[in-house]
Amino acid sequence: MRYAMAIDTKKCVGCSDCVVACQTENNVPIGYCRDWVVESVAGTYPLVELEIRSERCNHCDNAPCVRCCPTGASHIVEGGVVMVTPNKCIGCGACIQSCPYDARYSHPDGYVDKCTFCYHRLVKGGRPACVEVCPTRCMYFGDLDQPQSEVSQILARRKWKVLAPEAGTRPQVYFLV
Amino acid sequence: MSTRRDFIKIAATGLGGLALGAGSVAWFRGTSRWAETAAKAAAGFQGRFTTYCEICFWNCAGWTYTDEEGRITRITGNAGDPHCHGRLCPRGTGGVGAYYDEDRLRTPLIRKEVNGKQKFVPAGWDEALDLVAERLKEISRKHGPESIALFNHGSPGDHFGHLLKAMGSNNITAPSFAQCRGPRDTGWYVTFGTGVGSPEPTDIRDTRCLVLIGSHIGENMHNGQVQEMADAIDRGATLITVDPRFSTAASKSRFWLPIKPSTDLALLMAWIHVLIYEELYNRDYVERYTYGFDLLKEHVWNMTPEWAYGITTLQPALIRETARQMANAAPSVIVHPGRHVTWYGDDTQRARAIAILNALLGSWGSRGGFYFAESVPVPNYPHPEYPTPAWSWQDLQREKYPLAGLAVSNVLVEASLKETEANRRIRAWMVAGTNLPLTIPLKETLEQAMQDVEFLLVVDTMPMEITGYADVVLPECTYLERYDSLRSSAHREPNIALRMPAAEPMYDSKPSWWMAKQLGDRLGLGSYFNYADYTDVLEWQLQQLGTSLEEMKKTGVKKFPRTSGPLYFQKGENYTFNTNTGKIELYATELAATGYDPMPVYTPHEEPPPGYYRLIYGRAPMHTFSRTANNPNLTDLMDQNDVWVNPRVARLWGLENGQYVYLKNPEGIVSSFPIRVRITERIRWDSVYMVHGFGHSWKKLSRAYGKGANDTELMSKVTIDPVMGGTGMRGNFVTFVTEEPVAKEAES
Ligand code: SF4
Repeated sequence: MRYAMAIDTKKCVGCSDCVVACQTENNVPIGYCRDWVVESVAGTYPLVELEIRSERCNHCDNAPCVRCCPTGASHIVEGGVVMVTPNKCIGCGACIQSCPYDARYSHPDGYVDKCTFCYHRLVKGGRPACVEVCPTRCMYFGDLDQPQSEVSQILARRKWKVLAPEAGTRPQVYFLV
Repeated sequence: MSTRRDFIKIAATGLGGLALGAGSVAWFRGTSRWAETAAKAAAGFQGRFTTYCEICFWNCAGWTYTDEEGRITRITGNAGDPHCHGRLCPRGTGGVGAYYDEDRLRTPLIRKEVNGKQKFVPAGWDEALDLVAERLKEISRKHGPESIALFNHGSPGDHFGHLLKAMGSNNITAPSFAQCRGPRDTGWYVTFGTGVGSPEPTDIRDTRCLVLIGSHIGENMHNGQVQEMADAIDRGATLITVDPRFSTAASKSRFWLPIKPSTDLALLMAWIHVLIYEELYNRDYVERYTYGFDLLKEHVWNMTPEWAYGITTLQPALIRETARQMANAAPSVIVHPGRHVTWYGDDTQRARAIAILNALLGSWGSRGGFYFAESVPVPNYPHPEYPTPAWSWQDLQREKYPLAGLAVSNVLVEASLKETEANRRIRAWMVAGTNLPLTIPLKETLEQAMQDVEFLLVVDTMPMEITGYADVVLPECTYLERYDSLRSSAHREPNIALRMPAAEPMYDSKPSWWMAKQLGDRLGLGSYFNYADYTDVLEWQLQQLGTSLEEMKKTGVKKFPRTSGPLYFQKGENYTFNTNTGKIELYATELAATGYDPMPVYTPHEEPPPGYYRLIYGRAPMHTFSRTANNPNLTDLMDQNDVWVNPRVARLWGLENGQYVYLKNPEGIVSSFPIRVRITERIRWDSVYMVHGFGHSWKKLSRAYGKGANDTELMSKVTIDPVMGGTGMRGNFVTFVTEEPVAKEAES
């Protein structure tokens, strides 16, 4: 099993509902976030282009944060989800430094926190809170090992990209372009 | 200036002092701050409670969840609700922040003179309600109940409206007409014999072409529409967006028309010209349903794309191509009527042009165009008939704005001035759920009126600017803590939704229905409030509708079968429209009869003086007007507005990204607070853009105070729509002030 997410930049309006839904679902303190929205603008008026992306931990196949964790708090669970065990984490911050996507933050309670693909929901057969809430339904989620899953289907059908492929992390969050 | 009513700036007592530390505190963890709430909430609530969202007028139905200790944790959409299909927008999801906002109004407040200084003194409910009832009674006895007016937005208006009507006044108004969508509904009314309504019956889900004129769906997060627009993108529908700003919608569009601001009507007329003279219009539809085609044809003969080019700066080829795109898709095409359309004062006429385009394309009543919405009428809980008012808003505006179908807020404001004829004067205001100073742009008139009225009651959940003018403030609990009227919405399928509390009201706040009933009882109007609890009303109404409170608590939403017929016209169906001719009036006989242009005429609008830029304002998906600006969850997403500046303009002024500037209009008004500069290619060089609703000057809003600029205060020039009294707000210009301006005279 290999969980992955595909996000359609053509539909996303950047409303940030994914951010609030994640905060309320995962009790993320105000002032912090596990996912965020990036807008990139190119061109000059009136030949302008805009890409909006909802970003989060890429749950990389080759995760530098897991490799550099001195205590084993950062680890990979079934389906390739990268997790942090708060009470094993000493808050050294090595993983924060190693992540090319800036996906991790120091939680005020003294450990490092980040997106879990809402693993607590996955184990109950659910989907991540951001995917469930998105008003534009621009996020697709599922198992890449199953060709019939919605994420496999959409990635087969559409053009996509990943962020910072040159970092060699093999990210599992895909952006449809 | 000595005034009867000093603007009370800070009323520390009773309004709490629990500042949230530097945004690093979880708001629903078991910290002691919420202990009181938790204890209260634990006393009987747990689980999932149906509600419909009050953060904006879309009123999506959802579920409020509480944890084992009864604390509200999150809100999600109701999957069976056609407004949201189970997905709330960021504001609805962040609605929990409205509940946990520690700046909320906590107790009733009464304006009192203490040591020669006016201040708000916290009061018990009995004292406050007695006082309100006494003042209303006295004013009603002296000047008649008609001298009392209600300004409202959203659910509290239902209850206070009922109270006011029971007293014998019908002077009820909402800024959503004259400051927002009034021109659109008026333009539609004189064309199709009906307004557009809300939610708009746009069949975006099935459209092949969606045309947006300055309407930035996606940034204005009208949930169902945003969802359907995303579906339309998925299906490959053609999007055409007209906007001087490269809006989010523009970025998703196949055609973006970067129009020169204020010239939309010229573009619309040129489109009409192309449809008619290239014979692209829907001939069958036009023959069957419309009136005045030949007159229109003659009217637009010289309004060519080449003519429009000189006005709009849009290439004639682009105007022609987009008109053809619409015609290709017709009748599955929507030229969207927009929502906030009080722009330039000729807004009813612009709405008319949009209505005419839709008629020529045959989209009204067609799949992928506009569907016929239907709602279930909710029976009124039995009460004696309302007394007939001796006069009402109709009498105030009949001569001036004969076609305004609803009360014009600014007319009621003007009627509150001292110089108004004594027997038609408003003497007391009830303001429920609307922050007038950040809503009605006629600052001086508004301020004067608020001084001139003899009594001003404010009902709100938050201490907003308007609270500062109140004689009595009544704290309403949030929508998550109360029952309210049923939501009955016009939609493809008629449906109702129930709102119920998920927790006991925090602090000493109360639901509006309770306040209205308490006041009713005190005013001797008990027979209008013949119930112990609002659930009695709901239970009775739901029984009449063939359901029950118990069922609705489980489902939240109930749909009913349509009884008015199909969603669209059937092939060859004849139909009588509610207009003078019974047809869709391309030539509006109603406008002709009242002395207005029966067909739209483009007139140029004032241009910015040298060194000034047109002030364009809009919406962000994370906020609703000024009312969410203090919500902890939503300020976390966006805590201030930026002024968007084109790089060419920025170079001219030496502005840097992220720098703070003040804005100044030609009348010399400088923004109260500085605003952050965002240099972007997404805005034209003759305009600047900002999101409306920021720049609060009310200190009790600890997160919103002083954040960003308030566009409303920079609107010194308001162009009134002669047809319906709307306040056109886009004729205002600003320039940059990079130095700290001299401190303005402190407010009284
Ligand atoms: S659109 Fe958003 S704010 Fe408006 S009612 Fe729906 S969820 Fe609430």
